[in-house]
Amino acid sequence: MMSLFRHKSLERNATLLLVASLLVVSVGGIVEIAPLFYLDNTIEKVKGVRPYTPLELAGRNIYVREGCYVCHSQMIRPFRDEVERYGHYSLAAESMYDRPFQWGSKRTGPDLARVGGRYSDEWHVQHMIAPRSVVPESVMPSYPSLLATALRDSHISGHLEVQAALGVPYSEEMVASAVADMYAQADPEADTDGLVARYGPVTIRDFDGQPGRATEMDALVAYMQMLGTLVDFTAFRPEENLR
Amino acid sequence: MRSAFWIGVTGFAALLAVIAAAKGVEPEFRAHAWIIAVCFAAATVVMLRQVRFAPAPEATGYQDDVVRWGVIATVFWGLAGLLVGVVIAAQLAWPQLNVDPWFTFGRLRPLHTSAVIFAFGGNALLCTSFYVVQRTCRARLALGNLVWFVFWGYQLFIVLAATGYLLGITQSKEYAEPEWYVDLWLTAVWVAYLAVFLFTLFRRREPHIYVANWFYLSFIVTVAMLHVVNNMALPVSLVGAKSYIVFAGVQDALTQWWYAHNAVGFFLTAGFLGMMYYFVPKQADRPVYSYRLSIVHFWSLIFLYIWAGPHHLHYTALPDWAQTLGMVFSVMLWMPSWGGMINGLMTLSGAWDKIRTDPIIRMMVLALAFYGMATFEGPVMSIKAVNSLSHYTDWTIGHVHSGALGWVGMISFAAMYFLVPRLWGRERLYSLRMINWHFWLATVGIVVYAAVMWVSGIQQGLMWREYDDQGFLVYSFAETVDAMFPYYVLRLLGGVLYLAGAVLMAWNLWMTARGRIRDEVPLVPAAAGGQA
Repeated sequence: MMSLFRHKSLERNATLLLVASLLVVSVGGIVEIAPLFYLDNTIEKVKGVRPYTPLELAGRNIYVREGCYVCHSQMIRPFRDEVERYGHYSLAAESMYDRPFQWGSKRTGPDLARVGGRYSDEWHVQHMIAPRSVVPESVMPSYPSLLATALRDSHISGHLEVQAALGVPYSEEMVASAVADMYAQADPEADTDGLVARYGPVTIRDFDGQPGRATEMDALVAYMQMLGTLVDFTAFRPEENLR
Repeated sequence: MRSAFWIGVTGFAALLAVIAAAKGVEPEFRAHAWIIAVCFAAATVVMLRQVRFAPAPEATGYQDDVVRWGVIATVFWGLAGLLVGVVIAAQLAWPQLNVDPWFTFGRLRPLHTSAVIFAFGGNALLCTSFYVVQRTCRARLALGNLVWFVFWGYQLFIVLAATGYLLGITQSKEYAEPEWYVDLWLTAVWVAYLAVFLFTLFRRREPHIYVANWFYLSFIVTVAMLHVVNNMALPVSLVGAKSYIVFAGVQDALTQWWYAHNAVGFFLTAGFLGMMYYFVPKQADRPVYSYRLSIVHFWSLIFLYIWAGPHHLHYTALPDWAQTLGMVFSVMLWMPSWGGMINGLMTLSGAWDKIRTDPIIRMMVLALAFYGMATFEGPVMSIKAVNSLSHYTDWTIGHVHSGALGWVGMISFAAMYFLVPRLWGRERLYSLRMINWHFWLATVGIVVYAAVMWVSGIQQGLMWREYDDQGFLVYSFAETVDAMFPYYVLRLLGGVLYLAGAVLMAWNLWMTARGRIRDEVPLVPAAAGGQA
């Protein structure tokens, strides 16, 4: 009965009730989330993960804008069937620059964590315009407007700058040349030495099959084609990354 | 003087929005800014026309105008949200119904979830909390007209969120999709909501704070915490929509699901338990079953819920220790959840005959039954072995809907049936038989929906992991999508039934507010009362 007697003081004082309930609901989040920021083994040590190029980032933002995450996950679980179907299970390191993360929660469509390099650019373009022309069973919406809409530069350097401020390793040079880098990656005729020097071996192609014209399709396909391709798994040692 | 201040604020806000519309860096943001400008300009005009030069009379009694508006908003957004749900269910069965770029599944699905959770559920919570806190404190709402800012500010948040999704403005965090400026606006509205609620508690003329208000208060304060932390972001431009979240990857994932699971735990559970603790005893005319149980389950519920988020990330790149913690607390959460269900159901002890005679009680009992079922299913699905099958499938969707349609929807509908005759000063509802129809349409709709999603979810999960004798995967992904078609059609049917019930309710409440009484055979023959 002692405890019930004490409860009276909470029931008769709104401020006390407010403070007590706020304290009670704070505990779980602090215990579970805070350690992820300081435990060293939260993110695996791997080679190859780099920030997105400006074109890939623009493509990723289109992926976010269209709500692709409501039907596609980007998180392969360590099960035999998933690894055979999609490839090596996903690592935390692979999304360390993802703001926000795109792990998803539902697979109305297949996982996309390692879709990069699995299909040709032509397949992706056709699949975006008319999904059922390449996968008859698909229930995906058609996105013909992507091919028609020119890629806006949309202050892409500002996007890199904000991410740099949040801790993504974009150099000042990357920020300064972001607009040029974005268009260069979709144009094989362009001078791309700077782009490669800054980001390493990136894929440079006319992704949407419309030479001389940078569209939203270029950006989205560039993003699709790099998904899951960065980590060098020949050098990855799972036993050194137990968590 | 006060109205002049608010007119100045809205007029200035309209001006700022026009400037933002002119300077905006993206066409989507410019369109959004125009919507904001039109809303504030309309508010300014409406308030200008209401200006009175005589001093306003001292307000006495309860502030029920805002509750009436809240009931209207609840019913309106409920119909809208359910309708969008039916549309996107049809899009999954027949993808030709997608219209690029504005009406694709990817943009409409957040519209559906936000409309039912935040527009329908949120307005139900706003209006019932304002009704309940005044009655149980025997005090008028505090802080004068601030409650109107809360109400209309919240409607503006809904309009901005909804139009934003259609325009492609989203930060892609599930149930927290609105971008930074909409989040800031909601934060201001929410702080005002907390202030109105808390200051009303301060001026109560009852020594004790009634249990319903504990739940409402913890819901308001916890949602504030979740919203602020999960939406911390840096905008690219002050006149642009795009922002980047301060967390990345695995930390962002856990913060998001800590938020999203407790949007369920506090928005859709604690808040609606507050509703249950007032309306069930009132309608049944019985006291709450156990005072001690309400204390125990209140504190254990709010403590345990917050830990359960990681069960959305089983077998992902989230470290195992966090997954295991999330699973353990999710299983424990079963107990306080059932504590609430038992306390609600047992409140009917001594009045069980009302399930037969009173369709509103029947609706409340169904809501509690679905609350019990969903909070049992949840812990089961949070067990890692079960989750390995259920995750990424329709099973999750079915689980959410038995909670949302069964618990949240039915307890809200029951509260609306309780409120409308009292708020509009009517003797009784327009029709009791129509409530009965609503009850059965909704019940059959939920059962069809949940059962179909179990079958489709488990089937798809099993097809993904099916191996043949040679050790090869049997099904391609596309084949598993193809197998879903009949279930998607049946799920649509379940949704249509549920929507039909809600349409009946809207008509019933509309006629009740107008003071009509339907000429109908009584639901319970007069003689039956004598026999029982």
